[in-house]
Amino acid sequence: MAALSIRALSKRYANLEVLKDIALDIESGEFTVLVGPSGCGKSTLLNIVAGLDYPSAGTIEIGGRVVNDVPPKDRDIAMVFQSYALYPSMTVRQNITFGMECRHVPKAEQEKAVANVAKLLQIETLLGRKPSQLSGGQRQRVAMGRALVRDPLLFLFDEPLSNLDAKLRVEMRMEIKRLHQRIGATIVYVTHDQIEAMTMATRIAVMHQGRVQQFAEPDTVYRYPANLFVARFMGSPPMNTIPARLEAENDGLVVVIGAGRPDEIRLRLRDYDGAAPFVGRDVVFGIRPECIAEGSRAFSNDAPVLVDAPVDMVEPTGAETMVSLRLGGETAMARISPDIRPVPGASASFALDTRRVCLFDPETERLIA
Amino acid sequence: MRDHSFAPSRIWIYLVVTLIAAAWLAPLAVVVLNSLRSNEEIAQGSMIGWPQHLAWSNYPAAWSGFCVAETCSGIRPYMLNSALVTIPATIFSTLLGAIAGYAISLWRFRGDNWIYGIVTLGLFLPQQMRLLPWTIVLRDIGLINTLAGLVLIHTIQGLSFTTLFCRNYYVAIPHELIRAARIDGAGFFRIFWRIILPLSGPILIVTVIWQFTHIWNEFLYGVTFTTGQQQPVTAALIALSAAVADIPQHGVQSAAVIIAALPTLLIYLIGGKYFVRGLTAGAVK
Repeated sequence: MAALSIRALSKRYANLEVLKDIALDIESGEFTVLVGPSGCGKSTLLNIVAGLDYPSAGTIEIGGRVVNDVPPKDRDIAMVFQSYALYPSMTVRQNITFGMECRHVPKAEQEKAVANVAKLLQIETLLGRKPSQLSGGQRQRVAMGRALVRDPLLFLFDEPLSNLDAKLRVEMRMEIKRLHQRIGATIVYVTHDQIEAMTMATRIAVMHQGRVQQFAEPDTVYRYPANLFVARFMGSPPMNTIPARLEAENDGLVVVIGAGRPDEIRLRLRDYDGAAPFVGRDVVFGIRPECIAEGSRAFSNDAPVLVDAPVDMVEPTGAETMVSLRLGGETAMARISPDIRPVPGASASFALDTRRVCLFDPETERLIA
Repeated sequence: MRDHSFAPSRIWIYLVVTLIAAAWLAPLAVVVLNSLRSNEEIAQGSMIGWPQHLAWSNYPAAWSGFCVAETCSGIRPYMLNSALVTIPATIFSTLLGAIAGYAISLWRFRGDNWIYGIVTLGLFLPQQMRLLPWTIVLRDIGLINTLAGLVLIHTIQGLSFTTLFCRNYYVAIPHELIRAARIDGAGFFRIFWRIILPLSGPILIVTVIWQFTHIWNEFLYGVTFTTGQQQPVTAALIALSAAVADIPQHGVQSAAVIIAALPTLLIYLIGGKYFVRGLTAGAVK
């Protein structure tokens, strides 16, 4: 059963259309991440699902029930906010029980629920404290406790980690994922951080300019980005997208970068038959930085695809070395072994994994193959 | 780092500040001194001077013995009148202002800014302009010359200010707090009582001090809408000075003024530091 169905949903503020024809079906138990740059409409969408904002058109179903006219408290949802939104004058315990108090849950039951959640999140010792006496991570836990105690059909998370420092964010990320695996809850999670999306989601909805650009498993989104926006948004550093030309040679396809230049690069593609209609036309060639490596790297058992390219800049990160290089005159990023340091200004040999490249239509920006 | 050096510019600063303070405090000093001088002493000498003998008897006389408008009860009943007007009007206007400010700042609704604009417009209307409308209203609802009428006026008139202050305080409260509470199932008033009101300490102190002082010191409505035994103390003080026009009683009058000013002074002494703090405080954090 779909835990959440959104159909033909749009949202307009005066002349500004912030959500356009959104359709999403989220299965029970899924961890769906809505990801996109700020202003893409993801938080508005979440607020509409929560009932805190109203759609201009379209329907929202939660657990098979149309909830367009149902107030937030009756939608069987719980929400975790970016600022945690803990009630400042209440203790942790009161924060957690406030919702049950509003729903007139008997005191004994409240106590039991608090005890369970406190144990699950390891906040037993904090129950008597006020939010101002908690650290960021602890506040985050309490905010989740407040949501968990409700045992709702649907959890909504609105950028819950963006107020934490980098280290804590990684910890909480794992904790939320573990929690999801343990309790099997249905989660809709909003973030602008594509790494959070990749690491936590069972499915990702990439949003941009009020539209869902792609809704698929993380691997699919990463490997087959539906369009140039997704290709450039997901991944850090993002996919290299390089203007190129597609040509036919013998019985195969060849991508030509910097056609006509002395340093022109020709790459043979195999199993990209879907791109055949674009032979003789311009395309955008997409290749992930990890698909460009030092010349000695073997991506497969086939003969390696090697190119010589001038190096612009080298950024050692410790775990890897990022290299900015020029392919047929176009800038590209490569991710090579940490112990290899090409010399900026000189040429070096690079191996390309041409099995995992993408081709986009430069006009529609959609994935061709 | 504190600068202990005494530069010449500092002397000027102290000089100017002292002069300004003296100018402000001079009337108070005259009244305080006169409240301790006997009438004869003031009549023989000047209005300004040190007491020869401390005439404490001025105070009991002003409080309960003195005759105002043919009733010899001192200013005590009028003080009570003022309290009966000021305390309920302060509580009502503060509470209503807090609720209005909360609604305007944290619950967006159609026309909220218009309503806010109209409410605060009241701050800019001169008091005299409102006399006639209030006369008609009080007459029609039968509250002319009653304390309840003054409570009504001060509650309504105070709303402009209390709404403005509370609204400006509440806009700093994150909206996510309201959203979280709505998802938790709390309604408008439960959110107000359980979440917003406990955060409102500083601003409530500010509005209470402000309202109390203004309503207590208010004169025009008191003298216009009440007479005789129904008057608040500010209006009664004028009656007192009029009643004794034949024989000047400056000593007793001064004592009466001091007594009448005491409640607001006390309120300020007790709550003053909160007042200053509250004016600059943000709502949360």
